[in-house]
Amino acid sequence: MITTCRELADFLMQYIEDELPAGQRTEFERHLAACPPCLAYLETYKTTIGLGKALCESPTDPLPNDVPERLVQAILAARAKTS
Amino acid sequence: MAHGLEPAGGPQDEAALVSALRDGKEQAFEELVRTYSGRMLAVARRMLKDEADAQDALQEAFLSVFRAIDRFQAESRLSTWLHRIVVNAALMRLRSRQRRPEGSIDELLPKFQENGHFLDPPVGWKESAHTALERDEVRAQVRAGIDRLPESYRTVLLLRDIEELDTQETARMLGVSTNAVKIRLHRARQALRGLLDAHLRGEAA
Repeated sequence: MITTCRELADFLMQYIEDELPAGQRTEFERHLAACPPCLAYLETYKTTIGLGKALCESPTDPLPNDVPERLVQAILAARAKTS
Repeated sequence: MAHGLEPAGGPQDEAALVSALRDGKEQAFEELVRTYSGRMLAVARRMLKDEADAQDALQEAFLSVFRAIDRFQAESRLSTWLHRIVVNAALMRLRSRQRRPEGSIDELLPKFQENGHFLDPPVGWKESAHTALERDEVRAQVRAGIDRLPESYRTVLLLRDIEELDTQETARMLGVSTNAVKIRLHRARQALRGLLDAHLRGEAA
């Protein structure tokens, strides 16, 4: 049964990933429709996921061209030893 | 693809590079290192807080690549293979560093009243993820929030949500069950949400 906010929070990830059985999904959505705090929780949880994903894709991050040349040379020297 | 290791050239360039690597051409090894090391270092930096550790993980990753290039399956993407290798090298380094007991995540999870209602009812945030991330302070808060998570939760969040590995692969890399991955991921997201809430509600100056 999903009737309280605590239960909704517990099942949130399964709801987002479409893993809830039909009956529980209906209960979840019934609670959600009547509970603004839970709706806000769902939306901000999804935004949190988006923030993590977007952080590593963001074009404003420094471009990854700052590998120290001594590290590149150390890697190539290690390669020469393995060949 | 999500991990962002793809160079501009595309699959044809990758195939030509793999062929030259298998032939043992030194120039190809240098091209591999120069093409991919920046992006691979970015992955190692996301997982390891220490720059020296990230550089060591990159070096270890390339040593694995050099040893295993003959076993690389041509039907895979080189960039995907390299991504898995550097993630694995970073995980090995994390394990070698993790000797102190980690803190509990409970204090970062939402609190509820006895009747099951939120103790502090959530309200919406004012910005979408992409709009919020245009601000440097939000980017810093997201990074700091991820770094505040207990290590076993931080690692799962990084592998699933940032590096975009699937649940099975995350479980295999960490040596835990898929159920453990799901539970840790949900708690990690809840904890990170809680850490960001005060800033994104607009209450923080």
